[in-house]
Amino acid sequence: MRALGGNPRGAAEALTIPAGALAVSLILFGIFVAFAGANPLAVYQTIYSGAFGTWFSWQNTLQRAAPLMLTALCTALPAQLGLIVIGGEGALVIGAVATVAIASVVPALPPPAVVAAMLLAGIGAGGLWIALAGGLRHYRGVNETISSLLLNYIAIALMNHLVTGPMRDPAIVHRPSSWPIGERNMIGLIPGMDVHWGLVFGVVACVATWVLMQHTVFGFAARIVGGNGRAARMAGLSVGRLALVTCFIAGGAAGLAGMTEIAAVHGRASSSLVVGYGYTGILVAFLARQNPLAVIPVAVLLGGLEASGGLLQRWHDLPDASVQVMRGIIFLVILASEPLYGRFRVFQPAPAFEPDGVLRQEPA
Amino acid sequence: MKPSQSGISRRTVLKMIAAAGATGAAASLRVPRASGAAALVVGAAYVGPKDDYGWNQGHAQGVAALKKIDGVKVVEEENVPETIQVQKTMESMVNLDGAGLIFATSFGYWEHMLKVAAKYPKVQFLHAAPTVWKEGMPTNAGSYNGYIDEAQYIAGIVAGYTSKSGKLGFVGAKPYPASLRNINSFTLGARVVNPKATTQVIFTGDWVLPVKEAEAVNSLADQSIDVVTCHVDSPKVVIETAEKRGIYSSGYHVNQSALAPKRYLGGAEWNWEKVYTDYVKWLREGKSWPHLLRGGLKEGIVRNAPYGRPVSERARKHADSARAKFMDGTFVIYNGPLKDNSGKTVIAAGKAHGQTDVWLESMDWLVEGVIGSTRS
Repeated sequence: MRALGGNPRGAAEALTIPAGALAVSLILFGIFVAFAGANPLAVYQTIYSGAFGTWFSWQNTLQRAAPLMLTALCTALPAQLGLIVIGGEGALVIGAVATVAIASVVPALPPPAVVAAMLLAGIGAGGLWIALAGGLRHYRGVNETISSLLLNYIAIALMNHLVTGPMRDPAIVHRPSSWPIGERNMIGLIPGMDVHWGLVFGVVACVATWVLMQHTVFGFAARIVGGNGRAARMAGLSVGRLALVTCFIAGGAAGLAGMTEIAAVHGRASSSLVVGYGYTGILVAFLARQNPLAVIPVAVLLGGLEASGGLLQRWHDLPDASVQVMRGIIFLVILASEPLYGRFRVFQPAPAFEPDGVLRQEPA
Repeated sequence: MKPSQSGISRRTVLKMIAAAGATGAAASLRVPRASGAAALVVGAAYVGPKDDYGWNQGHAQGVAALKKIDGVKVVEEENVPETIQVQKTMESMVNLDGAGLIFATSFGYWEHMLKVAAKYPKVQFLHAAPTVWKEGMPTNAGSYNGYIDEAQYIAGIVAGYTSKSGKLGFVGAKPYPASLRNINSFTLGARVVNPKATTQVIFTGDWVLPVKEAEAVNSLADQSIDVVTCHVDSPKVVIETAEKRGIYSSGYHVNQSALAPKRYLGGAEWNWEKVYTDYVKWLREGKSWPHLLRGGLKEGIVRNAPYGRPVSERARKHADSARAKFMDGTFVIYNGPLKDNSGKTVIAAGKAHGQTDVWLESMDWLVEGVIGSTRS
């Protein structure tokens, strides 16, 4: 089966190790909450109730998972080329600012056209933002991790400047905010659900980029660059173009998250946009082993953890930072589990040749 | 970083989902609710930490008073951002805790709260801020706030007596009307005692900026200002820095005397304990309750901290007599003629704006004696 990447055991490995790491993280978190005076088993149950226990919890989880899927792609896609981009937060903010800006340029158009313009603006602005990091890497040799991190600060500072100055709506006194995109241009909720359209965008983007990376020549070329950049160049692949396009798509995903935050949630840009979706997205991408399809369940899982954070406070009197502690533990354990890949015999493909050099016959 | 080594098949995804479902089934669902049918669950959302020595702690103290009432269960959540997350927090309190009354205690929660209130008409939602509930808004929503500038006026009297240089300082977050009202009332109080007194204002730009707040106090102290007060979310840094610099401080939101045992003069505080117990009482008795609640010293919504050690006997007497006038409702702070700090008359002679006058809630000027500008 082509989707398995030719090796079912490898897929099992890619599933078992992160799952094991998650289990270890939960045990460590249990020890932490025990020290904080709560019963770990009751805490686990609360996390489950808050994340997946009721239809309300599910909707809460999915709502939080939606932006995480998109910001996770911002890290997961460049990772196919071996680039570590952590600029999701900045791309989200820039996408959001561009969304507000375009909505004010074309206010007279019918709402569907405005929404289309906002989609293009959000994706385009976010895409260019991360393509900037990709370009700096390719043409100037600037480390893309550092530059994308710094671009986050620039994006947030730029937004703060715009919402306190040129784009400020003077009617909002408490928190400097941009002018609104208008109630009629809001995209609202998925019918029958209390979750906004960002969830659909997220799932579609994850599936589409997975197809792009696994089932197209472009994706194949990108993964070859990731495997060995020099060899790819020798083979005549246009490494720079691949890097720029991939970074553009990655940033576009995060920019789309910003567009959704504006068009489905806030209606205007302000510092309320900066709540760490970009950074949690990095965690999602690593937990998903940079696989765009695996990003979907992982984002739901992380969204669920966030959704249950309030209950940890309300039912167990745990500090608000508990969820951050849990996220931190998960991230560390996931990184620490990285060297385990390839260590377990059971996951290794059976050697094609027996030691005596005879071609081994696989049972059909 | 290695690239993705393998895709994930439909089968493995299904397996993943099945595994997640199995874990779910194993954990039986238990949603704790308040015992007894008559129990009222009260939810409270705070924008910052409950122990910030400031705005959030004031509300947490009010909510803590509810815990002592029989048949009332309290659920609290701190550090809830003013985004869709606060909607989810409130809905979660309704759906998972069975909350019947929710206090949304930050300015930016207002629009979110109105949306949630429209969705859950059986639950009461109350917002703490100078927001105004109007006819046509959900009838299960309301807003409450206090005229804390009355307490600031009294703190100004105390500051006027205590300051040797006649130079006072005020660390503000943003030049928004409620802050300007505090600054002006504080200054007017001080100038009753010392007509030459001035208040230097520094706006930091946001509600929680500890580093800028410390810088502001240091800069004020360097200008031989010897009493500072503030309107920021957490006055902790302001009060501590003032104590360190050897200047007097007047608190805000809650009692910060523990932070500056030597030079704390008292200050303006909220009394949410009263507001919250009242609301719970009205609700449980099934009475109609005010959708728009305002009040000052007389109504018991605000109060002054006990006088600190440095406050002289004369200052205490004067401040007490001013408070008595507030309590019997005869005193008006904004009484003409009053000029702003550019010399323009803002309230003509013979004109008075009582506390309930909504004109005061859109204040955009600084009174004569204030050094600074509303442009932050």
